Amino acid sequence: MTTATEPAVTPELVASHGLAEAEYRRIVELLGRPPTYTELGVFSVMWSEHCSYKSSRIWLRTLPTQGPRVLQGPGENAGAIDIGDGLAVVFKMESHNHPSFIEPYQGAATGVGGIMRDVFTMGARPVANLNSLRFGDPRSPRMRWLVEGVVAGIGGYGNCVGVPTVGGEVSFHPSYDGNILVNAMTVGICRADRIFRGIAAGPGNPVMYVGSRTGRDGIHGATMASEEFSAESESKRPTVQVGDPFTEKLLIEACLELMEEDAIVAIQDMGAAGLTSSSVEMAGRGGTGLDLDVARVPRREAGMSPYEVLLSESQERMLIVAARGKEDVVTQVFRKWDLEVETVGVVTDTGRWRIFDGDRVMADIPVPALTDAAPVYERPCAEPADREATRLVPEVPDPGDFGEALLAVVGDPSVASKRWVWRQYDHQVQTGTVVGPGGDAAVIRVDGTQRRIALTSDCNPLWVQLDPFHGAAGAVAEAARNLACVGAEPLGITDCLNFGNPERPEIMWQFREAVRGMSYGLDQLSIPVVSGNVSLYNETEGRAILPTPTVGMVGLVEAGVEPVGSAFRGPGRIVALLGDVGGQLGASHYLRVAVGVELGRPPVVDWERERAVHAACREAIRAGLLESAHDLSEGGLAVALAESCVGRHDAPPVGADVYAPAPPELRDLELLFGEGHGRVLVSLPREAWDAVQAICARAGCPLNWLGETSADALRIARKLPTDPYATTETLLHVSLHSLAARYHGGFVEALGFEGGLA
Amino acid sequence: MKARVYVTLRQGVLDPQGRAVLHALSSLGFDQVRDARIGKYVELEIADGPRDEAEKAVREMARRLLANPVIEDFRVEIPGEGEAR
Amino acid sequence: MRVGIVVFPGSNCDRDCARAVAEVSGRPAAWIWHKDRDLGGADLVIVPGGFSYGDYLRCGAIARFSPVMEEVVAFARRGGPVIGICNGFQILTEAGLLPGALMRNVGLKFICQDVHLSVGDTGSPLLGGYRPGQVVRMPVAHADGRFHADAETLSRIEGEGRVAFRYCDAEGRVGGPSNPNGSLAAIAGIVSPGGNVLGMMPHPERAAEAILGGTDGRALFVAALSRAA
Repeated sequence: MTTATEPAVTPELVASHGLAEAEYRRIVELLGRPPTYTELGVFSVMWSEHCSYKSSRIWLRTLPTQGPRVLQGPGENAGAIDIGDGLAVVFKMESHNHPSFIEPYQGAATGVGGIMRDVFTMGARPVANLNSLRFGDPRSPRMRWLVEGVVAGIGGYGNCVGVPTVGGEVSFHPSYDGNILVNAMTVGICRADRIFRGIAAGPGNPVMYVGSRTGRDGIHGATMASEEFSAESESKRPTVQVGDPFTEKLLIEACLELMEEDAIVAIQDMGAAGLTSSSVEMAGRGGTGLDLDVARVPRREAGMSPYEVLLSESQERMLIVAARGKEDVVTQVFRKWDLEVETVGVVTDTGRWRIFDGDRVMADIPVPALTDAAPVYERPCAEPADREATRLVPEVPDPGDFGEALLAVVGDPSVASKRWVWRQYDHQVQTGTVVGPGGDAAVIRVDGTQRRIALTSDCNPLWVQLDPFHGAAGAVAEAARNLACVGAEPLGITDCLNFGNPERPEIMWQFREAVRGMSYGLDQLSIPVVSGNVSLYNETEGRAILPTPTVGMVGLVEAGVEPVGSAFRGPGRIVALLGDVGGQLGASHYLRVAVGVELGRPPVVDWERERAVHAACREAIRAGLLESAHDLSEGGLAVALAESCVGRHDAPPVGADVYAPAPPELRDLELLFGEGHGRVLVSLPREAWDAVQAICARAGCPLNWLGETSADALRIARKLPTDPYATTETLLHVSLHSLAARYHGGFVEALGFEGGLA
Repeated sequence: MKARVYVTLRQGVLDPQGRAVLHALSSLGFDQVRDARIGKYVELEIADGPRDEAEKAVREMARRLLANPVIEDFRVEIPGEGEAR
Repeated sequence: MRVGIVVFPGSNCDRDCARAVAEVSGRPAAWIWHKDRDLGGADLVIVPGGFSYGDYLRCGAIARFSPVMEEVVAFARRGGPVIGICNGFQILTEAGLLPGALMRNVGLKFICQDVHLSVGDTGSPLLGGYRPGQVVRMPVAHADGRFHADAETLSRIEGEGRVAFRYCDAEGRVGGPSNPNGSLAAIAGIVSPGGNVLGMMPHPERAAEAILGGTDGRALFVAALSRAA
């Protein structure tokens, strides 16, 4: 093997590649010799946490991935689910946390670009993007810069490519001060019988490189994502990739055009670890080998070494295994779109991944050594010692004024309207957005069918911190509930599991418990996982983020179902609750915002009740009986009511007079701000009451009459169960004006942005 | 040889980006800044040849494509011998 | 009647416009590729929104030099109807078919939201589906939509009655916070002297079906299609 020009492989070099000693010994054993410099770089990225999932894999295997509609489960570029009428929905969520913390605009933009490529590489046209964003203390100038940059980057990329950004989450917690989360999700649609995969088959078939040229950007991004942050990594700025959404748009059109021809055997995005991981993974799935000549890879910079070409993370590039003899067809399409296209290698039957630089062999590795033989760790898990202490909730006195308390919670930037964010996203391009951002779930219409798809992403990280099992199970319940609020039946999820350093037993315990909880919740609702991503080492100087297993859920809205939003439509309607009045203060948003305490056990899902509430909500929406439906989540009943009153920025607010039927032992504070699962706030015309009651009775879902919508204010009183005609004094009375001002201004005020209520 | 084209907004055309920079600089304590205008800088690598011809060509490029005369002015620089490239 | 929709690399509202045309007329529109040198016999040309050539230099600056634009300009000079929406409007100003320029929004951010528009008294048949003074509602989605023109140009546009749309509030009042991007004289769209070329930042194709939240854009397509018939 010719390695004359390459650095010698020393123990220091091995260590600087992030490989443990035992891992290096295993590499030597697998190769039967020490690796070359190029090979060391390749092993380093392929065995990194980011590419190999070495700490998480044994737990990920326990997630449910089967279902009658599943066309493609985890392991491919994205998952796919049958939605009928010959169509499939293809989706995945992925993290871009570390790059976004270093360079928020480009980090977020390339995160969006990468996840879109994962979807259109399957043959699906991207029809919607969502983003789950977690930031630190909104008052810090650096955090404001990060928020502005991430939002602008997501918009800058998605808007240009012409894929609407229709939903997601934005919340704040100091645990993200040194490590923000940017989780991007793309949803696409394709024909169910034309899903493309990354399986390199057919020895002799040419391997073709298409898209942008290769530069030195992002080299070792994959290993960066597998290390903790330190002050030093701030200076690693040059490794951040720069996105080119225009080229991405051309790449989408070219790939989808080429997919109409019978020219593609396999196709895969060059994402993390670029040419290396895309080629290795395709050969691994195909059980084949690949010969690649890096000298033929189109370059943007002169003097790049094979090592750099192999590990570059330049964006907007794809690797295609073409059917032999179809090279011209591929070339013609990509030339039409002014994109690079070059044959760089060939599929072989050797089972080896061989890299040439012209005549010189630079790497020669058995494919399974990079895939199946990658290390898998069952890392030690340990329940944190202070866990019992976090479960006790201190005595919380009533606030002086419940109305003021509601305004404080509603104006909290994690609760307040995020219109400042989604106004910067084109959420309408493709004219498919039936329900856009700002509600419980987005709804997108689909060409070629009367059915629609519904999309949401959810996670309450504080709940996961306080109880990983029930917190993660709860995220599944909440996502499904959000879909029920737009009349959708869940089809499947993608997950993005963001945790701290897995080498710490208490983090590994969080991870294991969260995956167990998620599995349990999914089983309870018969929902499969079809794709996902794990992001570990999310900590700075030993301080981990709140564990954040984000659930991205996709659902199906049957034909003929009219969309409902989360806001009341006008006065004189019945306001009712599907589920029980009540809730708990432990682990609640009220405790966090108003008292400054993050303690307690998060609510536990009653799955039978949960299923009944979802079924009743969907059925009532399908029957056209409801005018609004809104999940009770952070802030409980009072916040849900407030949001339904003033949630729309473009319509007059609507008031409500509520007489909540609460059991006597329930504190006022619990009635108003207590949190729990299985509750949906709805509004309906009076004449629909009997029909809704019948649906709830059939579904086994409690239905509580709460009051009526009004014109002027939100008023909440208790109704005494002992006497159906008696109510207590008004507990809470807030004018719509002040409620709207806090809800629509809270985010912008907390971050000190200009623009006020605009 | 190298040619530099500076594209700036015409006098009197509102420049909100410049205003934002001015605002940011003054909040950082740089009180001496009176105004800030944002423009574009384009660096061209062109085939060697007579300087005046090159300048004429670059001016034409700027007039037709690099600047929009409705809102922008431009200035062309072609560093001569001995100047920094 | 044939509707041609120009497709530049980076156009992303081309399919949306085609859908709106099909919704209104029941007929498909034809694509006109940016490298084409003829309009395929189109009677109405739509230059759609998007980010032509990435809009990296200046919105519309590169698209105007594409081969097809020569044909679009010639077609417009002959009196042929041309509608430029969003990026299409930017391209038409760069190409000199319409005066002025579209600059970075005064708030510096991309904005995607519904706006109200007051319809001008232009006499343009493309606006024949609206009454002068009528208030209509449709979305904008742009980062560079602030209309600018020098004083002389502005007074000519105003004097000749060529303002097609102005941003306004729900009651039709022009000015103040209802102007989302700081456009000069709240101008959202203008027409050529002959009234056959219309450029507008708002997206009528996004307001052509009730399911999308509004139908005020339909009248534009109805009028344009009947004019072109």
